[in-house]
Amino acid sequence: MSLVKLRDLRVTFRTRDRTVHAVNGVDLDLAAGETLCILGESGSGKSVTLRALMRLLPRFAEVQGTVEVAGQDVTRMSESALTDLRGRDVAMIFQEPMTAMDPVFTIGQQIAETVRRHERVSRADAEARALELLELVQIPSAKRRLAAYPHELSGGLRQRAMIAVALACRPKLLLADEPTTALDATVQIQVLLLLRELQQRFNMGVIFVTHDLGVAGEIADRVAVMYAGRVVEEGPVSGLMSGPLHPYAQGLLGATVHPGMRGKRLTTIPGAPPALDKEPTACAFAPRCDRAHEPCLADVPSLREPVAGRRARCVLVPDQTAWCVSEALSPAP
Amino acid sequence: MDALPPSADRGGPAQPLLRLDGLVKHFPLKGGLLGRTQAVVRAVDGVGFDVRKGETLGIVGESGCGKSTTARLLMRLLDPDSGTMVFDGEAVGGNAQSGGLPLRAYRRQVQMVFQDSYASLNPRLPIEDSVAFAPKVHGLGNAEAVRRARDMLAAVGLAPANFARRYPHELSGGQRQRVNIARALALRPRLVILDEPVSALDKSVEAQVLNLLVDLKEEFGLTYVFISHDLNVVQYISDRVLVMYLGEVTEIGPVERIYERPAHPYTAALLASRPSMDPSNRRTAPPLTGDPPNPVNPPSGCRFRTRCPHAEAVCAERKPIMADLGVGHAAACHIANPGSGHSLAEKVAA
Repeated sequence: MSLVKLRDLRVTFRTRDRTVHAVNGVDLDLAAGETLCILGESGSGKSVTLRALMRLLPRFAEVQGTVEVAGQDVTRMSESALTDLRGRDVAMIFQEPMTAMDPVFTIGQQIAETVRRHERVSRADAEARALELLELVQIPSAKRRLAAYPHELSGGLRQRAMIAVALACRPKLLLADEPTTALDATVQIQVLLLLRELQQRFNMGVIFVTHDLGVAGEIADRVAVMYAGRVVEEGPVSGLMSGPLHPYAQGLLGATVHPGMRGKRLTTIPGAPPALDKEPTACAFAPRCDRAHEPCLADVPSLREPVAGRRARCVLVPDQTAWCVSEALSPAP
Repeated sequence: MDALPPSADRGGPAQPLLRLDGLVKHFPLKGGLLGRTQAVVRAVDGVGFDVRKGETLGIVGESGCGKSTTARLLMRLLDPDSGTMVFDGEAVGGNAQSGGLPLRAYRRQVQMVFQDSYASLNPRLPIEDSVAFAPKVHGLGNAEAVRRARDMLAAVGLAPANFARRYPHELSGGQRQRVNIARALALRPRLVILDEPVSALDKSVEAQVLNLLVDLKEEFGLTYVFISHDLNVVQYISDRVLVMYLGEVTEIGPVERIYERPAHPYTAALLASRPSMDPSNRRTAPPLTGDPPNPVNPPSGCRFRTRCPHAEAVCAERKPIMADLGVGHAAACHIANPGSGHSLAEKVAA
């Protein structure tokens, strides 16, 4: 049984001024112990998808579709069932630990609070558990840090402390919303390696939202690339990195500066992502795609499986076999 | 006749466009009942380097290393506590009596682009007026300044007919950053300081802006100082790279040398911290542990020694000098300096 099952997830934000179709039909599965990266640019719907898994969206968000986590339908849960789920089975870490943690409680109190909310343990046991967790996330002088407030820690330690809070009840599923984006390079790699180690040790399912291909390359088993509220390509990370199928994924890889590109002109994706005031009725990427033609504008392309284990939402990607992949990759005539 | 033409070159190609020496900027931290200075943030602590004519000098480092303070000192948005700045042979900040280059004339030749494209534009001015503002301040007539603004908007790829009368909130992040670039170029500067100009942009837009910067440099004969925390972007765009750590220069040199044969352990660690783009060849151990220390109380001697895998007693005792490694490559590390007393230094010399 899969740990996460999303079917035709749609999220629409309606306010008096405008309507935004943030997520327009996302299907995703996650197996236990698997790491999935949702890769996309700002406004692609990646964070909204993640939040829908824990029902952390504002009231004016309309959520449709199936959201199942660990066999439970999240969309129909009562508030009290939800608070039982959050922190116990599913935990989330955020980009900004300073705003995600409570500034007036110590790190130790915040971890112990989570433990005591979900398990019948004494205060002393919960505190002992907090210490264990700080050691687990490799915070130096953990004992002293239990009594520290979030503002007393450096950015990297604060992020580790937030991971400790998230892991307090050994969740089956960890949701990570760009947790390393605000960190310095030498600290980012430490936190990524820590997350990878903890994921393997506890065999957690992880959904990791990022805009950074390099981060996905370090941590993901599978990657789902989102554009304008839909998954446009999905498959194992190695396939995406070596031969993306969808023109948007190809453009993204070509536009990401990596070593060895010096002196060459960067390939760019012209234009900008669409405003999502209306739900796209054709391929949302067509206006920026140099290979777009009539079928692209007729309907929303379906998410097909042109190569075993890989899915792409593009009419141009031919079905099956390896030579077709290289064909799809070759530049436009 | 072109009113407000680009400034002429003075000292010839061999003279550095900008020469900084011993630049210091400390920020006092005030606190307590009487608002006394309790501590000092040593944001920039004795920084010196040259910016050569026509080059792109990349500056990299982590948060708190002083790269943005350096940018603000270069632009003279901050006054240095001490140190000298010489622009094409003239001391910056002089007046009619003392000689040197008055700030107003300096700023005509040096412009800046900031990371936050929205905060750096006036939300109540159509972008055309924002771009025309500086030329007007520098004496161009109204019609002339607007014409200049429209030319610059066209040069950065924003068709004036469509965009000139729009307000910043009507533009995307990438378009706004183009406006900021147009505004910086409206005075026909010789040096442009780019402080994380693409960091807030999405990848597909980042590539567009980087290509634009390369084109504009060629078209207008510019010199860039490009500040970024993204090592891949710096490698792509720079001719020379300067690495900073806790307010000091740790290494400087040609881009290929820095990326292929870094001499400072900090540079090596920074480079090894980049995520690998190859899932079959992932990083296994982090090159450094811990965060960069607080610049309030930097470590004695070499400031990197608390995180350095090769630190020895000498590193705490003496501050390393910049060791010249040839081809314009220099590093502030005892290991790179034979005779420094570090056990690894002799091996390098041999």
